[in-house]
Amino acid sequence: MQSSTIKKNLYNVGAILKGLSITFGYMFRKRPTIQYPSVKKQHAPRFHGLHELRRYGDGQERCIGCELCSSACPANAITVIGAENAPGDRVSPGERHAARYEIDELRCIFCGMCEEACPTDAIVLTPRFEMADYRRGSFIYDKDRLLVPIDAGVGAAPDERPGGIPGDLGRVADIKSTTDVAEGYSATWRGEILKTQRRGLASQ
Amino acid sequence: MMVPLWLIVLVKSAVLLLVVVTTFAYAMLAERKVLGWMQLRPGPNRVGPWGLMQPAADAAKLMLKEDLTPKTADPLIYRLAPFISLLTAFSVYAIIPFGSSSSGTWAIGNVNAGILLILAITSIGVYGISLGGWASGSKYPLLGSVRATAQMISYELAMSLSFIGVLILAGTTSLDGIVNAQVRWWFFVPQFFGCIIYIITAVAETNRTPFDLVEAETELVAGFHTEYSGLRFGLFFIAEYVNMLTVSCIATLLFFGGWNAPLGLTLIPGVVWFVAKVAMFMFFYMWLRATLPRLRYDRLMAFGWKVLLPLATLNLVVTAIVVAFRG
Amino acid sequence: MIAFWVLGAIVVASAVWTIAAKKPVYSVVALLVNFATLAVLYVTLSAEFLAVMQIIVYSGAILVLFVFVIALLSSGVAPFSAGPNRMPNAAAPAIIIVLTALGFLAYAAMHAPAVAPGSVHTTSAIGPVGAAGIFGSVADFGKALFTVQLLPFEITALILMVAVIGVVALAGDQRPYVPTRKHALEVERDVREAILRGGE
Repeated sequence: MQSSTIKKNLYNVGAILKGLSITFGYMFRKRPTIQYPSVKKQHAPRFHGLHELRRYGDGQERCIGCELCSSACPANAITVIGAENAPGDRVSPGERHAARYEIDELRCIFCGMCEEACPTDAIVLTPRFEMADYRRGSFIYDKDRLLVPIDAGVGAAPDERPGGIPGDLGRVADIKSTTDVAEGYSATWRGEILKTQRRGLASQ
Repeated sequence: MMVPLWLIVLVKSAVLLLVVVTTFAYAMLAERKVLGWMQLRPGPNRVGPWGLMQPAADAAKLMLKEDLTPKTADPLIYRLAPFISLLTAFSVYAIIPFGSSSSGTWAIGNVNAGILLILAITSIGVYGISLGGWASGSKYPLLGSVRATAQMISYELAMSLSFIGVLILAGTTSLDGIVNAQVRWWFFVPQFFGCIIYIITAVAETNRTPFDLVEAETELVAGFHTEYSGLRFGLFFIAEYVNMLTVSCIATLLFFGGWNAPLGLTLIPGVVWFVAKVAMFMFFYMWLRATLPRLRYDRLMAFGWKVLLPLATLNLVVTAIVVAFRG
Repeated sequence: MIAFWVLGAIVVASAVWTIAAKKPVYSVVALLVNFATLAVLYVTLSAEFLAVMQIIVYSGAILVLFVFVIALLSSGVAPFSAGPNRMPNAAAPAIIIVLTALGFLAYAAMHAPAVAPGSVHTTSAIGPVGAAGIFGSVADFGKALFTVQLLPFEITALILMVAVIGVVALAGDQRPYVPTRKHALEVERDVREAILRGGE
């Protein structure tokens, strides 16, 4: 065996020893793991998570059913059907309100364009992100699920609420489901609306 | 009252089986933990405190899984193979002493040709892998088993040769005698190269990284046990870890003084030292797995035949000459 | 004695299975059982070194190569094709050979010196088996090989050496495939030319 070969092989043995020392050293390093379900990471204040429909201080809905969010949405995830406010029973302060408001969270890319497009700051993105569920239908969030309950810090955007954003906003699945398990969700309903809208445009 | 011999053997075997299986379970957990730590992860920690119930959960999972037999498989051999692996892996413990034989309590059987018998039993272990891979009736297991067979036969030679240096120094093939010959010097010192060669070949014999070409995930999916599922896969899994434990025990017995206490610390009983040394070797194998990448197959064979075998032979010849001239 | 008869039955049964099995792999498994049982028989005769060598050499090395060949030739799945029935031609010589052998065995058994009851070392799982000085122990085997039987031992070694060299001479002249940079470039060039020719 030539001396250069021996030298090379000795060098390789040294390399193995060096590798072993590195892995041994790593055993005692601080691990960056966050024990997720029991320990939760503090999100950035403007994290883009699940949507929320806000209310005014008097409990009226901010949404006026203008459908700007729907047209701004690049993923085509938002469906809004507007309706006139009845004079005696106002839902929102304006002329119109959203009769139906649905977001398909499976389509949503959480870009926040709806938030920017909204003229009344009605739709906002919260830092909630734990949306996992067992049925596809459950990912279509309707107004019942999106609207802030009246007692939950109405009138302020999520990141301006007293106490800031809590790390744990609760599992979204625990919020009541729109879908009736027995009936199931009519997944074609949204498609029907789009179809009629298109038909309406074509006939004009 | 004399307790009959067969009863003693039976009870000892049962206890040992329990100990070895428990050790396997926690060796597996320890490996996952150590690998995790070396990769800056915490390792399994969900089941029980510090993940200590993880082995039980794994066992329950494996037992409840469906036991599939591929259509192209040879049903008899396919079902037989895991048991061959397991049987050979366990039967070695019948002759491994865990403590001094003067009291006669720390080994099931004290065989005079102990080390040779261990070699013989482990050499049958190849069949579990080669027959299992062949009987699966699909291509990845076949390739894996062919590799395993070639690899294990090749490295067994260098391994046996690395034993012989120790046998010459000890002048006996009984494991008890070999350990007793190491009271003054552990054979790790005079048989340094033999020890290194043994440790390398032991990794290859147990098919562990960096010599785990038998189950090389990147090219062979899972090698010989690709088609196995459920409990049968579990049996192969147990066999692998028990073999790991076996080679650690042999390394301890042959090169690291067995139950002899280092530095005259005889206050601590020999069994504790034995277990500590075996644990050290187990850790070493996990450490290697976390560090080294897999070898290319032709390099593996070239290393075995062109480097390890000549070195082992040289070691043997030098040992023989030295022993002959020193009397 | 019971152990002998049980082991003997297993040995004979596995030997029969070895020849009778339809699939080659079953033959290998049967032969494995045969070798292992034979080794146990050796142990009961205190010939522990012989037993260990039986397993290491035959089961651990030679039989593995059988498995290897069967696996690589993939003939293990298909049963042997039944050829013409050779039984009529082979039966008479086979019976004669077996009877002669049995006759020799019986003759030898009748004229063998009686074994003193104390000299047969009974075996058990506990306690040393075949300690030095007893027939069949490792030490005695080694001593015999290197003193009395040295010439046959060395001749055997020489024959094996010749066989190894012969194998190397017959099969070892092809250079193994070692992927090199040069080879990779050649492959790349071939592919490029093939594409230029119109990609066949």
